[in-house]
Amino acid sequence: MLNIALPKGRLGEKVYAMFERAGYDCPAIRENNRKLIFENPEKQVRYFWVKPSDVAIYVQRGCADIGVAGKDILLEYEPDVYELLDLGVGKCRMAVAAPVGFYDSGEKTLRVATKFTSITSAYYARVGRDIDIIKLNGSIELAPILGLSDVIVDIVETGTTLKENNLEVIEEILPISARLIANKAGYKFKGEEIENIAMNMKEQIERNDQNL
Amino acid sequence: MFDEKLLKNEERAIFSLRSLYRSYGYLPFKMSKFEEYELYVRNKDFLVSDRIITFNDTNGKLMALKPDVTLSIIKNGIDLPGVKQKVCYNENVYRVSDGTHRYKEIMQTGLECIGDIDLYDVFETISLSAQSLEMISESFVLEISHLGVLSGVLEDVGGDESFQNEVVRYIAKKNAHDLRALCKREGMNEEDGEKLESLIGIYGRRGDVLEKLDRICGPSSREAFNELVQLSEMLDGQPFGDRVVFDFSVVNDMRYYNGIVFKGFLDGVCEGVLSGGRYDNLMRRIGRTSGAVGFAIYLDLLEQLESARQEYDVEVLLLYGDHTDKKQLANTVRRYADAGKTVSAQRGVPPGLRFKELVKMEGWDDPC
Repeated sequence: MLNIALPKGRLGEKVYAMFERAGYDCPAIRENNRKLIFENPEKQVRYFWVKPSDVAIYVQRGCADIGVAGKDILLEYEPDVYELLDLGVGKCRMAVAAPVGFYDSGEKTLRVATKFTSITSAYYARVGRDIDIIKLNGSIELAPILGLSDVIVDIVETGTTLKENNLEVIEEILPISARLIANKAGYKFKGEEIENIAMNMKEQIERNDQNL
Repeated sequence: MFDEKLLKNEERAIFSLRSLYRSYGYLPFKMSKFEEYELYVRNKDFLVSDRIITFNDTNGKLMALKPDVTLSIIKNGIDLPGVKQKVCYNENVYRVSDGTHRYKEIMQTGLECIGDIDLYDVFETISLSAQSLEMISESFVLEISHLGVLSGVLEDVGGDESFQNEVVRYIAKKNAHDLRALCKREGMNEEDGEKLESLIGIYGRRGDVLEKLDRICGPSSREAFNELVQLSEMLDGQPFGDRVVFDFSVVNDMRYYNGIVFKGFLDGVCEGVLSGGRYDNLMRRIGRTSGAVGFAIYLDLLEQLESARQEYDVEVLLLYGDHTDKKQLANTVRRYADAGKTVSAQRGVPPGLRFKELVKMEGWDDPC
């Protein structure tokens, strides 16, 4: 039985469709209910929905053989997993945003509010800027508005939330997309099956790219 | 004389592995729980975690609870041509757990072959690794890589240290897409990029891997390639040979390791339980001139293996009271134990205790 951890939400539904096209369908998952685990014994596959930021934990700990996690999570928590494929979905970017018109004179320690403390420290260490990190768990955009921080580091998809709060992207840190990840030990014993899925998904992505 | 069923997976492994290592002439190495802290400061990067439990000894010297075994074994010894020291150990080490971020005692067993070593010693270490895994579980995989292949290919394609470090990181993650993007960003020619990427794609059966690897290895990695060929030939005749595969995503720190490195996995355990390789570079760093190869098995991980679940805590719960004849009680307990049954003599039924049979001795009064 192959165990697959999917991120709850729109991204999860999108990637499930890719697994389905790869031949690993599980009709029960399309039923509208509050169940978290779905199994198709015929295809020897079991899916479960988990919080997107927890997918990597399920995979690293071996409860799931494979899963789909955002590059942001993989960079932030550095789980010891294989990163087999860039799925080309859930595309966004990790960026520094500030109130419109913000100017960093570099004279003072820059106060940065973020959920992603590791990515943020690594980025500012690379550019050599002294910062004070303020770890928040949500509504990051509020921090510079209320003066809690000078800037924020967060995921930007369309930029609408930033715009509505009079913020703008001032630096891009890196592009983000969803990745197919695998447990290292699970890969040794179910490698062929996992590689078949990865290969099929890769073909789907290439076909999509050609159609664009 | 004991009931083997009572042993936990890790306890059973300790006994059988010790006997295996002794049969190949590895002598037990017993070390102190403490080491001078300075030993670890000098070789901080070699350790899995740099957080160490320290304390001051009575003479004021800063000491540490061992976070690692290898450094304690290799710190002393004589390097003479033709001389080898073969030791095995079974020790506790103290490291910070990834999950709880608190210190944890980890039981580790393993062996080291130190001195004037050659390919036979590397083979023997790998063979003992495979046999160790097989003793614990029939479903295992031992993956072998050669850091000489990796460093040779990196030397051929060029690039600065930070580029090469990033390449190694991507290979360890089997992350071909980001490796491709990196090579493109660095302006690397397509052929060299593909060469690096193929190190991710080539893994599995040794014969197949060698065939493909032959096309990638240039002059810088040829020697390492030939070593892999010889090793593979030696493994071919072994009963566990088909479960020993090549995979270049096994990457140990090249500042300490060189040559062949390996990692062992058991079906049902979520991470590698065995890790080892040749570490001549570490020997140089501590001032030794000879070579070394060895491995460690992390016994705490064996808890994850399924073991026969005990349905009962005790087979017989024997209840007695103030008026029970104590001599008769002692004889009854002994009779059950001699018959191979687990028995617990109690005045009342302990909450939560699971038992198969309840026996009430004469003189037992229900306290309720």
